[in-house]
Amino acid sequence: MSTLRISQAVYDAIRAHGEETYPHECCGALLGRSSGNGWRIEASARAGNTRTDSAHNRYQIAPVELVRIEREARRQGLEIAGFYHSHPDHPAQWSPTDFAEAHWLGCSYVITAVAQGKAAVTNSFLLAGTTEEDKHFQQETIDVAAVEPFAVQSESKKG
Amino acid sequence: MTIFIPTPLRPYAGGKDAVNVSAGTVNGALDELTRNFPDLRKHLFTGEGKLRAFVNVYLNDEDVRYLPQKESTPVSPSDTLSIIPSIAGGSATHGERKNAFRCENPSSGV
Repeated sequence: MSTLRISQAVYDAIRAHGEETYPHECCGALLGRSSGNGWRIEASARAGNTRTDSAHNRYQIAPVELVRIEREARRQGLEIAGFYHSHPDHPAQWSPTDFAEAHWLGCSYVITAVAQGKAAVTNSFLLAGTTEEDKHFQQETIDVAAVEPFAVQSESKKG
Repeated sequence: MTIFIPTPLRPYAGGKDAVNVSAGTVNGALDELTRNFPDLRKHLFTGEGKLRAFVNVYLNDEDVRYLPQKESTPVSPSDTLSIIPSIAGGSATHGERKNAFRCENPSSGV
């Protein structure tokens, strides 16, 4: 099982984001570096949820926002290592929708359940496989506080 | 021009996060990229040669699909092309809200 290493500050930030947008889903990108057996997350970048028609149970990040997030990550010497979103009043397990719309092979997808406005369980799933045809989610261990907080924040939109 | 390669496709582009090409159009740039890195082709294009639906290509900050000349748009050496797989999802299943929140096995999280 791979391990997602993430600073306490980033872990807290993505969970707080889910509480702020409740009862809607939040979303954003995780920026970091490969650490052999999983990603080492050093920063997060909030994104707007463009699924305003169904924001309580859907999320989508505008590609142009991803272009800007990736540009900023590159400037910081980081990579897009994964994404996070929340499941308001729903378990922190990937859904068929999450799976169908997951295309960043090798990246981590972090889901936080937000129950009645409070962040509950946070899980991470690595999108494993080499193609769309054999992709699959593998649950990862989350190792919080194994990474020093990263000072630089993305300039991307705060959602 | 420079083509930025997203994290999941770097293993098929020699581990590079950016590749320089000298094409005159977006199509030409993608052709040159996949000629140099043939393993990228199946990740970017369908069997019919069309860009996969979830693959977004941005010329600087513009979605190529919405440019008047689309993939035939001319490019200059200072332009950048970003390949960005889409990112979406959510707790919904086929547009329907699933069961209300229920307690989970504490061992499944942190």
